[in-house]
Amino acid sequence: MADTNRAVEKLQGKFEASILEVKQDRGDWIVTVRKEDIIAILAFLKQECKFDMLTDVTAIDYLGKAADRFMMVYQLTSVLFKDRLRVKAPVAEAECVIASATQVYSSANWLEREVFDLFGIRFDKHPDLRRILMTPDWVGHPLRKDYPLQGPGREPYKGRLS
Amino acid sequence: MANNEIMTINMGPQHPSTHGVLRMVIELDGETILKIDPDVGYLHRGVEKLSEHRTYHQTLPLTDRLDYLAPMSNNLGYMLAVEKLLDIDVPERAQTIRIIMTELTRLQSHLVWLACHALDIGAMTVFIYAFREREAIMETYELISGARMTSNFFRAGGLSQDVPAEFEKKVRDFMAEMPGFIDTYEGLLTGNPIWRKRTIGNGVISAEDATDIGITGPALRGSGVNFDLRRDIPYAGYENYTFEVPVGTECDTFDRYKVRLIEMRESCKIVTQAMDRLKPGPVLSDEPQVCYPPKDSVYNSIEGLIHHFKIASEGYAVPEGEVYMGIEAPKGELGFYLVSDGSSKPYRMRVRPPSFINLQAIEKMAKGAMLADLVAIIGTLDIVLGEIDR
Repeated sequence: MADTNRAVEKLQGKFEASILEVKQDRGDWIVTVRKEDIIAILAFLKQECKFDMLTDVTAIDYLGKAADRFMMVYQLTSVLFKDRLRVKAPVAEAECVIASATQVYSSANWLEREVFDLFGIRFDKHPDLRRILMTPDWVGHPLRKDYPLQGPGREPYKGRLS
Repeated sequence: MANNEIMTINMGPQHPSTHGVLRMVIELDGETILKIDPDVGYLHRGVEKLSEHRTYHQTLPLTDRLDYLAPMSNNLGYMLAVEKLLDIDVPERAQTIRIIMTELTRLQSHLVWLACHALDIGAMTVFIYAFREREAIMETYELISGARMTSNFFRAGGLSQDVPAEFEKKVRDFMAEMPGFIDTYEGLLTGNPIWRKRTIGNGVISAEDATDIGITGPALRGSGVNFDLRRDIPYAGYENYTFEVPVGTECDTFDRYKVRLIEMRESCKIVTQAMDRLKPGPVLSDEPQVCYPPKDSVYNSIEGLIHHFKIASEGYAVPEGEVYMGIEAPKGELGFYLVSDGSSKPYRMRVRPPSFINLQAIEKMAKGAMLADLVAIIGTLDIVLGEIDR
Protein backbone atom coordinates (compact mmCIF):
# COMPACT_ATOMS: atom_id res chain seq x y z
CA MET A 1 0.00 0.00 0.00
CA ALA A 2 1.09 3.51 -0.75
CA ASP A 3 2.34 5.62 2.15
CA THR A 4 0.86 8.81 0.82
CA ASN A 5 -2.44 9.71 -0.73
CA ARG A 6 -2.91 12.37 -3.40
CA ALA A 7 -5.89 13.97 -1.66
CA VAL A 8 -4.77 13.68 1.96
CA GLU A 9 -1.59 15.66 1.26
CA LYS A 10 -3.54 18.46 -0.39
CA LEU A 11 -6.03 18.49 2.48
CA GLN A 12 -3.27 18.69 5.06
CA GLY A 13 -1.80 21.65 3.24
CA LYS A 14 -5.06 23.58 3.07
CA PHE A 15 -7.02 22.57 6.18
CA GLU A 16 -4.31 21.79 8.70
CA ALA A 17 -6.22 23.29 11.63
CA SER A 18 -9.40 21.34 11.05
CA ILE A 19 -7.94 17.87 10.56
CA LEU A 20 -8.17 15.83 13.74
CA GLU A 21 -6.70 12.56 12.52
CA VAL A 22 -5.36 10.90 9.39
CA LYS A 23 -4.98 7.16 9.24
CA GLN A 24 -4.86 4.19 6.95
CA ASP A 25 -6.80 1.07 7.91
CA ARG A 26 -6.38 -2.03 5.75
CA GLY A 27 -5.68 0.10 2.73
CA ASP A 28 -8.53 2.59 3.22
CA TRP A 29 -7.58 6.22 3.82
CA ILE A 30 -9.57 7.88 6.59
CA VAL A 31 -9.51 11.59 7.46
CA THR A 32 -11.31 12.81 10.56
CA VAL A 33 -12.14 16.50 10.54
CA ARG A 34 -13.94 19.05 12.69
CA LYS A 35 -17.62 19.19 11.80
CA GLU A 36 -17.61 22.99 11.42
CA ASP A 37 -15.46 22.68 8.29
CA ILE A 38 -17.13 19.67 6.71
CA ILE A 39 -18.73 21.58 3.84
CA ALA A 40 -15.55 23.45 2.97
CA ILE A 41 -13.61 20.19 2.99
CA LEU A 42 -16.15 18.25 0.91
CA ALA A 43 -16.33 21.09 -1.60
CA PHE A 44 -12.52 21.21 -1.79
CA LEU A 45 -12.34 17.44 -2.31
CA LYS A 46 -14.97 17.63 -5.04
CA GLN A 47 -13.46 20.55 -6.92
CA GLU A 48 -9.72 20.20 -6.38
CA CYS A 49 -9.31 16.47 -5.88
CA LYS A 50 -12.03 15.30 -8.31
CA PHE A 51 -13.94 13.17 -5.83
CA ASP A 52 -17.02 13.62 -7.97
CA MET A 53 -19.24 11.04 -6.29
CA LEU A 54 -20.46 10.96 -2.72
CA THR A 55 -21.00 7.22 -2.49
CA ASP A 56 -22.38 6.97 1.01
CA VAL A 57 -23.28 8.97 4.08
CA THR A 58 -23.83 7.24 7.37
CA ALA A 59 -23.18 7.58 11.08
CA ILE A 60 -21.86 5.53 13.97
CA ASP A 61 -23.15 5.76 17.54
CA TYR A 62 -20.26 5.54 20.03
CA LEU A 63 -22.49 5.73 23.11
CA GLY A 64 -20.24 5.76 26.20
CA LYS A 65 -17.13 5.01 24.13
CA ALA A 66 -16.09 8.41 22.87
CA ALA A 67 -16.32 12.02 24.00
CA ASP A 68 -18.52 12.92 21.06
CA ARG A 69 -21.31 10.41 20.76
CA PHE A 70 -21.82 10.31 17.00
CA MET A 71 -19.42 10.04 14.09
CA MET A 72 -20.57 11.07 10.64
CA VAL A 73 -19.00 9.03 7.84
CA TYR A 74 -18.76 10.14 4.20
CA GLN A 75 -17.45 7.75 1.54
CA LEU A 76 -16.10 9.55 -1.50
CA THR A 77 -15.26 7.99 -4.85
CA SER A 78 -13.38 9.51 -7.74
CA VAL A 79 -14.62 8.24 -11.09
CA LEU A 80 -11.62 9.88 -12.76
CA PHE A 81 -8.82 8.60 -10.51
CA LYS A 82 -10.65 5.41 -9.53
CA ASP A 83 -9.92 5.69 -5.83
CA ARG A 84 -11.75 6.30 -2.60
CA LEU A 85 -11.46 8.42 0.52
CA ARG A 86 -13.39 8.33 3.76
CA VAL A 87 -14.08 11.55 5.64
CA LYS A 88 -15.40 11.43 9.18
CA ALA A 89 -16.60 14.15 11.51
CA PRO A 90 -17.54 13.78 15.20
CA VAL A 91 -20.90 15.18 16.32
CA ALA A 92 -21.68 15.71 20.01
CA GLU A 93 -25.03 14.63 21.42
CA ALA A 94 -25.58 18.01 23.08
CA GLU A 95 -25.36 19.80 19.74
CA CYS A 96 -26.65 17.11 17.43
CA VAL A 97 -26.46 18.98 14.17
CA ILE A 98 -24.09 19.18 11.20
CA ALA A 99 -24.22 21.14 7.95
CA SER A 100 -25.93 19.32 5.11
CA ALA A 101 -23.72 17.98 2.34
CA THR A 102 -26.57 18.50 -0.15
CA GLN A 103 -24.98 21.88 -0.89
CA VAL A 104 -22.08 20.00 -2.47
CA TYR A 105 -23.49 16.63 -3.57
CA SER A 106 -27.14 15.94 -4.48
CA SER A 107 -26.75 12.30 -3.47
CA ALA A 108 -26.61 13.37 0.18
CA ASN A 109 -30.34 14.18 0.14
CA TRP A 110 -31.85 10.78 0.90
CA LEU A 111 -28.74 9.52 2.66
CA GLU A 112 -28.94 12.34 5.20
CA ARG A 113 -32.66 11.82 5.60
CA GLU A 114 -31.86 8.24 6.51
CA VAL A 115 -29.25 9.31 9.09
CA PHE A 116 -31.73 11.80 10.52
CA ASP A 117 -34.39 9.09 10.68
CA LEU A 118 -32.29 6.35 12.25
CA PHE A 119 -29.81 8.36 14.36
CA GLY A 120 -31.57 11.65 15.01
CA ILE A 121 -28.72 13.83 13.78
CA ARG A 122 -30.08 17.04 12.25
CA PHE A 123 -28.74 18.52 9.03
CA ASP A 124 -28.55 22.26 8.76
CA LYS A 125 -29.85 23.67 5.44
CA HIS A 126 -31.14 20.30 4.26
CA PRO A 127 -33.90 20.95 1.68
CA ASP A 128 -36.28 18.23 2.85
CA LEU A 129 -35.43 16.80 6.27
CA ARG A 130 -38.14 14.19 6.90
CA ARG A 131 -38.06 10.61 8.05
CA ILE A 132 -37.59 8.20 5.17
CA LEU A 133 -37.62 4.56 6.28
CA MET A 134 -39.70 4.79 9.44
CA THR A 135 -43.22 6.23 9.45
CA PRO A 136 -43.56 10.01 9.92
CA ASP A 137 -45.07 9.62 13.41
CA TRP A 138 -42.35 7.27 14.70
CA VAL A 139 -40.84 8.14 18.08
CA GLY A 140 -37.12 7.48 18.62
CA HIS A 141 -34.19 6.68 16.37
CA PRO A 142 -33.72 2.93 15.92
CA LEU A 143 -30.00 2.75 15.10
CA ARG A 144 -28.99 4.49 18.32
CA LYS A 145 -27.28 2.08 20.68
CA ASP A 146 -29.72 2.87 23.52
CA TYR A 147 -32.74 1.97 21.37
CA PRO A 148 -33.81 -1.59 22.25
CA LEU A 149 -33.64 -4.20 19.51
CA GLN A 150 -37.22 -5.31 20.16
CA GLY A 151 -38.50 -1.75 19.99
CA PRO A 152 -39.58 0.38 22.95
CA GLY A 153 -41.96 -0.91 25.59
CA ARG A 154 -41.46 -4.62 24.92
CA GLU A 155 -39.85 -7.37 26.92
CA PRO A 156 -36.41 -8.24 25.56
CA TYR A 157 -36.15 -11.55 23.78
CA LYS A 158 -34.85 -14.23 26.13
CA GLY A 159 -34.32 -17.02 23.65
CA ARG A 160 -36.57 -19.97 22.91
CA LEU A 161 -38.26 -21.26 26.04
CA SER A 162 -39.14 -24.73 24.75
CA MET B 1 -62.88 21.41 -14.11
CA ALA B 2 -60.72 24.44 -14.71
CA ASN B 3 -57.86 23.65 -17.05
CA ASN B 4 -55.17 24.97 -14.72
CA GLU B 5 -56.05 22.64 -11.88
CA ILE B 6 -53.31 20.40 -10.48
CA MET B 7 -54.20 16.89 -9.42
CA THR B 8 -52.34 14.89 -6.76
CA ILE B 9 -52.54 11.14 -7.17
CA ASN B 10 -51.21 8.22 -5.24
CA MET B 11 -49.44 5.29 -6.91
CA GLY B 12 -48.62 2.20 -4.90
CA PRO B 13 -47.54 0.71 -2.55
CA GLN B 14 -49.54 -2.14 -4.09
CA HIS B 15 -49.11 -1.56 -7.77
CA PRO B 16 -47.86 -4.06 -10.37
CA SER B 17 -45.33 -1.76 -11.97
CA THR B 18 -43.64 -0.44 -8.83
CA HIS B 19 -41.62 -3.67 -8.52
CA GLY B 20 -42.48 -4.17 -4.89
CA VAL B 21 -43.91 -1.88 -2.29
CA LEU B 22 -42.94 1.55 -3.56
CA ARG B 23 -45.43 4.35 -3.08
CA MET B 24 -45.30 7.60 -4.98
CA VAL B 25 -47.27 10.79 -4.52
CA ILE B 26 -47.47 12.45 -7.91
CA GLU B 27 -48.61 15.96 -8.78
CA LEU B 28 -50.08 16.04 -12.26
CA ASP B 29 -51.04 18.76 -14.66
CA GLY B 30 -53.19 16.82 -17.06
CA GLU B 31 -50.91 13.86 -17.80
CA THR B 32 -47.65 15.71 -17.21
CA ILE B 33 -45.77 15.04 -14.00
CA LEU B 34 -44.94 18.23 -12.09
CA LYS B 35 -43.55 16.73 -8.93
CA ILE B 36 -42.98 13.26 -7.62
CA ASP B 37 -42.37 12.22 -4.04
CA PRO B 38 -41.36 8.57 -3.58
CA ASP B 39 -42.27 7.06 -0.24
CA VAL B 40 -40.12 4.09 0.77
CA GLY B 41 -39.71 2.03 3.91
CA TYR B 42 -42.63 -0.39 3.69
CA LEU B 43 -40.21 -3.33 3.75
CA HIS B 44 -37.88 -2.00 6.46
CA ARG B 45 -36.70 -4.91 8.58
CA GLY B 46 -33.82 -3.22 10.36
CA VAL B 47 -31.05 -5.37 8.90
CA GLU B 48 -28.36 -2.95 10.10
CA LYS B 49 -29.72 -2.96 13.66
CA LEU B 50 -30.18 -6.74 13.68
CA SER B 51 -26.61 -7.33 12.56
CA GLU B 52 -25.27 -5.52 15.63
CA HIS B 53 -26.79 -8.29 17.74
CA ARG B 54 -25.56 -11.22 15.65
CA THR B 55 -22.16 -12.70 14.96
CA TYR B 56 -20.50 -12.03 11.62
CA HIS B 57 -21.52 -15.50 10.49
CA GLN B 58 -25.13 -15.08 11.58
CA THR B 59 -25.38 -11.81 9.69
CA LEU B 60 -24.68 -13.50 6.36
CA PRO B 61 -28.22 -14.88 5.81
CA LEU B 62 -29.63 -11.38 6.38
CA THR B 63 -27.69 -10.16 3.35
CA ASP B 64 -29.47 -12.65 1.06
CA ARG B 65 -32.65 -10.79 1.79
CA LEU B 66 -31.45 -7.35 0.75
CA ASP B 67 -31.47 -7.60 -3.02
CA TYR B 68 -33.39 -10.86 -3.20
CA LEU B 69 -32.97 -10.99 -6.96
CA ALA B 70 -29.19 -11.17 -6.59
CA PRO B 71 -28.48 -13.00 -3.32
CA MET B 72 -24.99 -14.19 -4.17
CA SER B 73 -23.80 -10.69 -5.01
CA ASN B 74 -24.88 -9.58 -1.55
CA ASN B 75 -23.13 -12.56 0.00
CA LEU B 76 -19.97 -11.69 -1.90
CA GLY B 77 -19.97 -8.02 -0.90
CA TYR B 78 -20.47 -8.84 2.76
CA MET B 79 -17.96 -11.68 2.82
CA LEU B 80 -15.31 -9.57 1.09
CA ALA B 81 -15.77 -6.87 3.72
CA VAL B 82 -15.41 -9.40 6.53
CA GLU B 83 -12.37 -10.96 4.84
CA LYS B 84 -10.82 -7.53 4.45
CA LEU B 85 -11.32 -6.94 8.18
CA LEU B 86 -9.88 -10.34 9.05
CA ASP B 87 -7.15 -10.05 6.42
CA ILE B 88 -7.53 -13.62 5.15
CA ASP B 89 -7.16 -15.04 1.67
CA VAL B 90 -9.49 -17.23 -0.33
CA PRO B 91 -8.32 -20.36 -2.22
CA GLU B 92 -8.29 -20.12 -5.99
CA ARG B 93 -11.07 -22.60 -6.63
CA ALA B 94 -13.37 -20.73 -4.25
CA GLN B 95 -12.50 -17.43 -5.97
CA THR B 96 -13.36 -18.90 -9.36
CA ILE B 97 -16.67 -20.38 -8.20
CA ARG B 98 -17.53 -17.05 -6.58
CA ILE B 99 -16.97 -15.27 -9.87
CA ILE B 100 -19.02 -17.84 -11.81
CA MET B 101 -21.88 -17.54 -9.35
CA THR B 102 -21.89 -13.75 -9.10
CA GLU B 103 -21.86 -13.41 -12.88
CA LEU B 104 -24.73 -15.91 -13.15
CA THR B 105 -26.43 -13.78 -10.51
CA ARG B 106 -25.91 -10.70 -12.66
CA LEU B 107 -27.51 -12.56 -15.58
CA GLN B 108 -30.39 -13.60 -13.37
CA SER B 109 -30.95 -10.11 -12.03
CA HIS B 110 -30.81 -8.60 -15.52
CA LEU B 111 -33.24 -11.25 -16.77
CA VAL B 112 -35.78 -10.26 -14.13
CA TRP B 113 -35.18 -6.61 -14.98
CA LEU B 114 -35.69 -7.27 -18.69
CA ALA B 115 -38.76 -9.40 -18.10
CA CYS B 116 -40.50 -6.90 -15.83
CA HIS B 117 -39.40 -3.83 -17.75
CA ALA B 118 -40.72 -5.30 -21.00
CA LEU B 119 -43.92 -6.46 -19.36
CA ASP B 120 -44.52 -2.99 -17.92
CA ILE B 121 -44.25 -1.49 -21.38
CA GLY B 122 -46.48 -4.16 -22.87
CA ALA B 123 -44.18 -6.82 -24.33
CA MET B 124 -45.44 -9.99 -22.69
CA THR B 125 -43.46 -12.59 -24.65
CA VAL B 126 -40.08 -11.43 -23.38
CA PHE B 127 -41.29 -11.95 -19.83
CA ILE B 128 -42.01 -15.63 -20.45
CA TYR B 129 -38.70 -16.22 -22.23
CA ALA B 130 -36.57 -14.40 -19.66
CA PHE B 131 -38.15 -16.28 -16.77
CA ARG B 132 -37.47 -19.56 -18.56
CA GLU B 133 -33.73 -18.77 -18.62
CA ARG B 134 -33.82 -17.46 -15.08
CA GLU B 135 -35.15 -20.83 -14.04
CA ALA B 136 -31.94 -22.51 -15.26
CA ILE B 137 -29.91 -20.20 -13.02
CA MET B 138 -32.22 -20.84 -10.08
CA GLU B 139 -31.66 -24.55 -10.62
CA THR B 140 -27.91 -23.99 -10.48
CA TYR B 141 -28.44 -22.13 -7.21
CA GLU B 142 -30.44 -25.03 -5.89
CA LEU B 143 -27.85 -27.52 -7.05
CA ILE B 144 -24.98 -25.93 -5.16
CA SER B 145 -26.62 -24.30 -2.14
CA GLY B 146 -29.92 -26.14 -1.72
CA ALA B 147 -31.94 -22.94 -1.97
CA ARG B 148 -33.30 -21.18 -5.02
CA MET B 149 -33.03 -17.65 -3.69
CA THR B 150 -31.64 -17.33 -0.19
CA SER B 151 -28.39 -19.03 -1.06
CA ASN B 152 -26.25 -18.25 2.02
CA PHE B 153 -23.44 -20.01 0.20
CA PHE B 154 -20.23 -18.01 0.68
CA ARG B 155 -18.21 -18.12 3.88
CA ALA B 156 -15.41 -16.02 5.29
CA GLY B 157 -12.42 -17.68 3.63
CA GLY B 158 -14.25 -19.43 0.80
CA LEU B 159 -17.46 -21.38 0.28
CA SER B 160 -19.70 -23.41 2.56
CA GLN B 161 -19.01 -26.54 0.47
CA ASP B 162 -17.62 -27.61 -2.87
CA VAL B 163 -19.92 -27.70 -5.88
CA PRO B 164 -21.29 -31.11 -6.99
CA ALA B 165 -19.95 -32.89 -10.07
CA GLU B 166 -22.96 -31.95 -12.25
CA PHE B 167 -22.27 -28.24 -11.74
CA GLU B 168 -19.73 -27.91 -14.53
CA LYS B 169 -21.90 -29.55 -17.19
CA LYS B 170 -24.96 -27.58 -16.13
CA VAL B 171 -23.21 -24.22 -16.35
CA ARG B 172 -21.46 -25.07 -19.61
CA ASP B 173 -24.70 -26.23 -21.23
CA PHE B 174 -26.41 -23.06 -20.13
CA MET B 175 -23.56 -20.89 -21.38
CA ALA B 176 -23.73 -22.57 -24.78
CA GLU B 177 -27.37 -21.52 -25.12
CA MET B 178 -27.49 -18.16 -23.38
CA PRO B 179 -26.01 -15.91 -26.14
CA GLY B 180 -28.68 -17.27 -28.50
CA PHE B 181 -31.38 -16.39 -25.99
CA ILE B 182 -30.04 -12.85 -25.72
CA ASP B 183 -30.28 -12.64 -29.54
CA THR B 184 -33.94 -13.64 -29.19
CA TYR B 185 -34.65 -10.82 -26.70
CA GLU B 186 -32.92 -8.34 -28.93
CA GLY B 187 -34.86 -9.62 -31.92
CA LEU B 188 -38.08 -9.08 -30.03
CA LEU B 189 -37.29 -5.63 -28.67
CA THR B 190 -34.47 -3.62 -30.28
CA GLY B 191 -36.19 -3.02 -33.61
CA ASN B 192 -39.70 -3.13 -32.23
CA PRO B 193 -41.34 0.25 -33.03
CA ILE B 194 -43.46 0.29 -29.87
CA TRP B 195 -40.44 -0.50 -27.71
CA ARG B 196 -38.39 2.21 -29.41
CA LYS B 197 -41.15 4.80 -29.06
CA ARG B 198 -41.54 4.05 -25.38
CA THR B 199 -37.82 4.06 -24.53
CA ILE B 200 -35.93 6.43 -26.84
CA GLY B 201 -35.73 9.87 -25.25
CA ASN B 202 -37.40 8.63 -22.08
CA GLY B 203 -35.87 9.30 -18.64
CA VAL B 204 -32.87 11.27 -19.86
CA ILE B 205 -30.26 12.09 -17.23
CA SER B 206 -26.91 13.66 -18.07
CA ALA B 207 -23.57 12.22 -17.00
CA GLU B 208 -22.93 15.14 -14.59
CA ASP B 209 -26.32 14.80 -12.94
CA ALA B 210 -26.00 11.02 -12.71
CA THR B 211 -22.62 11.30 -10.96
CA ASP B 212 -23.88 14.04 -8.67
CA ILE B 213 -26.92 12.03 -7.61
CA GLY B 214 -24.63 9.05 -7.02
CA ILE B 215 -26.19 6.71 -9.57
CA THR B 216 -24.03 3.61 -10.09
CA GLY B 217 -24.08 0.50 -12.19
CA PRO B 218 -25.69 0.12 -15.62
CA ALA B 219 -27.79 3.26 -15.08
CA LEU B 220 -24.59 5.33 -14.72
CA ARG B 221 -22.95 3.71 -17.73
CA GLY B 222 -26.09 4.28 -19.78
CA SER B 223 -25.43 7.99 -19.21
CA GLY B 224 -21.97 7.63 -20.72
CA VAL B 225 -19.82 7.43 -17.57
CA ASN B 226 -17.28 4.69 -18.11
CA PHE B 227 -16.98 3.34 -14.59
CA ASP B 228 -17.23 -0.28 -13.53
CA LEU B 229 -15.85 -1.38 -10.16
CA ARG B 230 -14.96 -4.82 -11.49
CA ARG B 231 -12.42 -3.20 -13.78
CA ASP B 232 -11.61 0.08 -12.00
CA ILE B 233 -11.36 -0.92 -8.34
CA PRO B 234 -11.05 -4.70 -8.79
CA TYR B 235 -11.98 -7.21 -6.10
CA ALA B 236 -12.32 -11.00 -5.81
CA GLY B 237 -9.87 -11.57 -8.66
CA TYR B 238 -11.73 -9.70 -11.42
CA GLU B 239 -8.44 -8.17 -12.57
CA ASN B 240 -7.59 -11.55 -14.16
CA TYR B 241 -10.57 -11.56 -16.52
CA THR B 242 -11.05 -9.75 -19.79
CA PHE B 243 -14.38 -8.14 -20.52
CA GLU B 244 -15.75 -4.99 -22.12
CA VAL B 245 -17.57 -2.27 -20.21
CA PRO B 246 -20.42 -0.95 -22.38
CA VAL B 247 -21.42 2.72 -22.17
CA GLY B 248 -24.36 4.59 -23.63
CA THR B 249 -24.41 7.95 -25.41
CA GLU B 250 -28.00 9.19 -25.33
CA CYS B 251 -28.53 8.82 -21.53
CA ASP B 252 -32.07 7.49 -22.09
CA THR B 253 -33.98 4.33 -21.28
CA PHE B 254 -33.10 2.74 -24.63
CA ASP B 255 -29.37 3.19 -23.98
CA ARG B 256 -29.65 1.71 -20.52
CA TYR B 257 -31.44 -1.24 -22.12
CA LYS B 258 -28.60 -1.69 -24.61
CA VAL B 259 -25.95 -1.40 -21.88
CA ARG B 260 -27.61 -4.10 -19.79
CA LEU B 261 -27.96 -6.47 -22.74
CA ILE B 262 -24.27 -6.09 -23.61
CA GLU B 263 -23.44 -6.63 -19.94
CA MET B 264 -25.30 -9.92 -20.09
CA ARG B 265 -23.16 -11.02 -23.03
CA GLU B 266 -20.01 -9.94 -21.17
CA SER B 267 -21.13 -11.89 -18.10
CA CYS B 268 -21.40 -14.99 -20.29
CA LYS B 269 -17.81 -14.39 -21.41
CA ILE B 270 -16.58 -14.05 -17.83
CA VAL B 271 -18.37 -17.24 -16.79
CA THR B 272 -16.83 -19.13 -19.73
CA GLN B 273 -13.34 -17.84 -18.86
CA ALA B 274 -13.85 -18.82 -15.24
CA MET B 275 -15.10 -22.30 -16.18
CA ASP B 276 -11.88 -22.86 -18.12
CA ARG B 277 -9.86 -21.98 -15.01
CA LEU B 278 -11.79 -24.19 -12.63
CA LYS B 279 -9.21 -26.58 -11.15
CA PRO B 280 -9.71 -29.03 -8.30
CA GLY B 281 -8.56 -27.77 -4.91
CA PRO B 282 -9.75 -26.62 -1.51
CA VAL B 283 -12.74 -24.25 -1.32
CA LEU B 284 -12.14 -22.96 2.20
CA SER B 285 -8.93 -21.46 3.48
CA ASP B 286 -7.00 -23.03 6.30
CA GLU B 287 -7.90 -20.56 9.05
CA PRO B 288 -9.19 -22.62 11.98
CA GLN B 289 -10.02 -19.48 13.98
CA VAL B 290 -12.55 -18.40 11.37
CA CYS B 291 -13.52 -21.32 9.13
CA TYR B 292 -15.78 -24.22 10.00
CA PRO B 293 -14.08 -27.66 10.04
CA PRO B 294 -14.99 -30.19 7.32
CA LYS B 295 -18.28 -32.00 8.00
CA ASP B 296 -16.49 -35.36 8.12
CA SER B 297 -14.45 -34.19 11.09
CA VAL B 298 -17.54 -32.72 12.83
CA TYR B 299 -19.42 -36.01 12.62
CA ASN B 300 -16.53 -38.33 13.45
CA SER B 301 -14.26 -36.59 15.95
CA ILE B 302 -14.80 -34.81 19.24
CA GLU B 303 -12.26 -32.09 18.36
CA GLY B 304 -14.10 -31.33 15.13
CA LEU B 305 -17.43 -31.19 16.95
CA ILE B 306 -16.09 -28.77 19.58
CA HIS B 307 -14.47 -26.66 16.87
CA HIS B 308 -17.76 -26.46 14.98
CA PHE B 309 -19.69 -25.66 18.15
CA LYS B 310 -17.29 -22.88 19.16
CA ILE B 311 -17.60 -21.10 15.84
CA ALA B 312 -21.36 -21.60 15.65
CA SER B 313 -22.07 -20.38 19.18
CA GLU B 314 -19.42 -17.74 19.89
CA GLY B 315 -18.46 -16.78 16.39
CA TYR B 316 -14.98 -15.54 15.57
CA ALA B 317 -13.41 -12.42 16.99
CA VAL B 318 -12.57 -9.82 14.38
CA PRO B 319 -9.68 -7.40 14.97
CA GLU B 320 -10.60 -3.80 15.66
CA GLY B 321 -10.92 -1.52 12.67
CA GLU B 322 -13.20 -0.35 9.94
CA VAL B 323 -13.45 -1.18 6.25
CA TYR B 324 -15.57 -0.22 3.30
CA MET B 325 -15.97 -2.74 0.50
CA GLY B 326 -17.88 -1.78 -2.62
CA ILE B 327 -18.67 -4.29 -5.33
CA GLU B 328 -20.32 -4.00 -8.72
CA ALA B 329 -23.62 -5.68 -7.95
CA PRO B 330 -26.10 -6.08 -10.84
CA LYS B 331 -27.91 -2.90 -9.83
CA GLY B 332 -24.90 -0.74 -9.02
CA GLU B 333 -22.37 -0.26 -6.29
CA LEU B 334 -23.26 -2.40 -3.30
CA GLY B 335 -21.13 -1.31 -0.36
CA PHE B 336 -20.62 -2.80 3.05
CA TYR B 337 -19.09 -0.58 5.71
CA LEU B 338 -18.12 -2.61 8.75
CA VAL B 339 -16.85 -1.26 12.06
CA SER B 340 -15.40 -3.82 14.43
CA ASP B 341 -14.68 -3.28 18.12
CA GLY B 342 -12.70 -6.52 18.37
CA SER B 343 -15.65 -8.72 19.38
CA SER B 344 -17.45 -11.37 17.34
CA LYS B 345 -20.33 -9.06 16.42
CA PRO B 346 -20.14 -6.02 14.14
CA TYR B 347 -20.23 -2.77 16.10
CA ARG B 348 -21.84 -1.16 13.08
CA MET B 349 -22.75 -2.60 9.71
CA ARG B 350 -23.84 -0.21 7.04
CA VAL B 351 -25.23 -1.38 3.73
CA ARG B 352 -24.83 1.06 0.87
CA PRO B 353 -27.75 -0.04 -1.29
CA PRO B 354 -27.47 0.83 -4.98
CA SER B 355 -31.24 0.91 -5.59
CA PHE B 356 -31.88 3.41 -2.77
CA ILE B 357 -29.49 5.95 -4.22
CA ASN B 358 -30.46 5.26 -7.84
CA LEU B 359 -34.12 5.80 -6.97
CA GLN B 360 -33.32 9.38 -5.89
CA ALA B 361 -32.87 10.19 -9.55
CA ILE B 362 -36.55 9.53 -10.26
CA GLU B 363 -37.49 13.05 -9.13
CA LYS B 364 -35.27 14.52 -11.81
CA MET B 365 -35.95 11.93 -14.51
CA ALA B 366 -39.73 11.95 -14.25
CA LYS B 367 -40.23 15.70 -14.00
CA GLY B 368 -42.07 16.87 -17.11
CA ALA B 369 -42.66 13.33 -18.36
CA MET B 370 -46.05 11.76 -19.00
CA LEU B 371 -47.58 9.58 -16.33
CA ALA B 372 -47.36 6.49 -18.54
CA ASP B 373 -43.63 7.06 -19.02
CA LEU B 374 -43.10 6.89 -15.28
CA VAL B 375 -43.62 3.14 -15.50
CA ALA B 376 -40.76 2.90 -17.99
CA ILE B 377 -38.56 5.04 -15.74
CA ILE B 378 -39.14 2.83 -12.71
CA GLY B 379 -38.33 -0.17 -14.88
CA THR B 380 -35.13 1.27 -16.27
CA LEU B 381 -33.80 2.21 -12.82
CA ASP B 382 -34.02 -1.49 -11.92
CA ILE B 383 -34.88 -1.09 -8.26
CA VAL B 384 -35.58 -3.76 -5.72
CA LEU B 385 -37.36 -2.72 -2.57
CA GLY B 386 -35.78 -5.31 -0.30
CA GLU B 387 -32.55 -3.41 -0.72
CA ILE B 388 -34.00 0.10 -0.57
CA ASP B 389 -35.82 -0.50 2.70
CA ARG B 390 -33.43 -3.01 4.28
